[in-house]
Amino acid sequence: MAEEELPGVLILDIGGTHGVLENLVPLLKKHFRLITMKEFLENKKELSKKIQSVFVFECRPTVDRELLESLPNLKVIGNSGVGVDHLDVKMISNFGVKVTNTPHAVADSTADIGMALMLASARRLVEGCQIAVSPDTKCFAVDWLGVEVTRATLGIIGMGSIGYKVAQRARAFDMRILYHNRNRRRKEEEEAVGAHYCEKMEDLLQQSDFVMLVVNLTPETHKLIGKKELGLMKPTATLINISRGAVIDQDALVEALQNKIIRAAALDVTYPEPLPRDHPLLKLNNIIITPHIGTATAQAIRMMAEEAIANMLAVLNGQPIPSEVFPK
Amino acid sequence: MEGQELPYVLIDCIGGRYGVYEDHAEFLEKHFHLITMKEYLENKKFLSKKIRAIYMWYHKPVIKEELLQSLPNLKIVASSGVGIDHLDLNLLSRYGVKVSNTPFVVSTDTADLGMALMLASSRRLVEGYQIAVSPDTEYFPADWLGAEVSGATLGILGMGTIGYKVAERAKAFEMKILYHNRNQRNKEEESAVGAIYCKKIDDLLQQSDFVLLSVNLTPQTHKLIGKRELELMKPTATLINISRGLVVDQDALVEALQNKVIKAAALDVTYPEPLPRDHPLLKLKNVIITPHIGSATKKTRRLMMENMMESIQAGLTGLPIPNEVLL
Repeated sequence: MAEEELPGVLILDIGGTHGVLENLVPLLKKHFRLITMKEFLENKKELSKKIQSVFVFECRPTVDRELLESLPNLKVIGNSGVGVDHLDVKMISNFGVKVTNTPHAVADSTADIGMALMLASARRLVEGCQIAVSPDTKCFAVDWLGVEVTRATLGIIGMGSIGYKVAQRARAFDMRILYHNRNRRRKEEEEAVGAHYCEKMEDLLQQSDFVMLVVNLTPETHKLIGKKELGLMKPTATLINISRGAVIDQDALVEALQNKIIRAAALDVTYPEPLPRDHPLLKLNNIIITPHIGTATAQAIRMMAEEAIANMLAVLNGQPIPSEVFPK
Repeated sequence: MEGQELPYVLIDCIGGRYGVYEDHAEFLEKHFHLITMKEYLENKKFLSKKIRAIYMWYHKPVIKEELLQSLPNLKIVASSGVGIDHLDLNLLSRYGVKVSNTPFVVSTDTADLGMALMLASSRRLVEGYQIAVSPDTEYFPADWLGAEVSGATLGILGMGTIGYKVAERAKAFEMKILYHNRNQRNKEEESAVGAIYCKKIDDLLQQSDFVLLSVNLTPQTHKLIGKRELELMKPTATLINISRGLVVDQDALVEALQNKVIKAAALDVTYPEPLPRDHPLLKLKNVIITPHIGSATKKTRRLMMENMMESIQAGLTGLPIPNEVLL
């Protein structure tokens, strides 16, 4: 099929700081005519009709009402990544446009980052590195200690695909696994990872040495962890967030960390990203923050693009859609 | 005190950065009369005959022949940790002194740290943290990537207790596991973790995305990984060391990292510790170093202390010594 006849897909840009990675371009071009925002804005009249899909990569381009109104033949927003809190799914749906995400491609790499953060925080890895290379270090103190991960209790809040993969990994560390989820998993699934269901999140918070947030961001999970929840956690516990920054009441977290209500936090996500440079979270020494790298591997990025493309093509071809996101 | 006196045990000191932990000392004092080096030196005449055991916490007190000569009733040295490369076993044997270590209690923490280093290195966690907190950061770039641990190939050199626990953990990440060991493990042990034996170390080096060293330091494993071995590794591979610094030829490692012969290294151990402050390893971007914290958790250190206490008690009452190190 000639390039001109392939369905048009709108992207923000190729390369640069926020554009689609260059090595994904051939993948996209196999199935779509690639149109960047710049090209679209320069030639709206001709291109607006050609665009049938938008490939949203790292939350860009922004899909607002204005954009939707200018794309009469738009059928699908294919998001790279599983979180769609940056998209107004209801509004998009009102335009008759479908939204798809990539739940399978993100699972392994995000579960890995959850484990990496838990281990790094427990064993004080970042601090340790600083000591190892500091010009002031003369000897390694023997009374410098972290906390154990093996045989500790991990409470997983949100036991979807990612949460379940975290449980699979944690089990190999002989961890006692508690979980809280909207719906209880089947018995076989629980037994396979040795996970105990906590119907009440409070029970999980009170018993866990590590609390890991793996929920998606919805109005129900917004500020799910606030002052009350932090107060219920053990003073020796660590909070790990690999979901979305807004799942935590950040001001409450700052206070809890400052007053040693909990031992430490490890966050791959904050609100906003990045945090303002004078934010108190950046000054605390019982926190590690990573720059939202849950899926920042070459493999995951590629798999996400493939999954998004498969979803977009399914919509355009009228086939069953693997991962459609419905408005609430 | 009525009845039998508590046995006199020599330690380096209590508290501070290098001494026996104060809460450990409190516990030990219920079973032993602890004598610090300072106390000993101030009252050698009386104490030298009394001391029957040395509680060696993180290589202190240092044991030289002079000390052995002046402790005629010394029966046992209990050393913390699993490594015994810092002890002259022949010398101690000549003086009829038994030795114990704490091999099993350190295993899970050390395996955990091996996994922590592998994940941190592969996902560029330390660099990522620096970006997240740097005053210059305005946005998070989209093209900043690490490499996947899940599904990658891990080559474990040294499949003892620690190496095996690493394999158990790595299996849950769906890693392909290769291993090299003096002796092959039995079939059940291998299939429990899905580990494939590589009789030749070269095969392991050539196929692995991560090479993890968990051997003990002996004359045979000294500089086990040198220029030749590093060149056999993939240019995309990472070397992780949780054994001893001397298992790696450090100069060869520096060169390999500078010339991107391998991708990165993550070291909990170096030689010496700490490295001199002007050492090239400290300047390389593709290395992370931790300050020998393989067993550095409260629980494990407490268990180590209890193990050492038991070994000393057995040694002094002529019973079989738990965790005895034999020549």
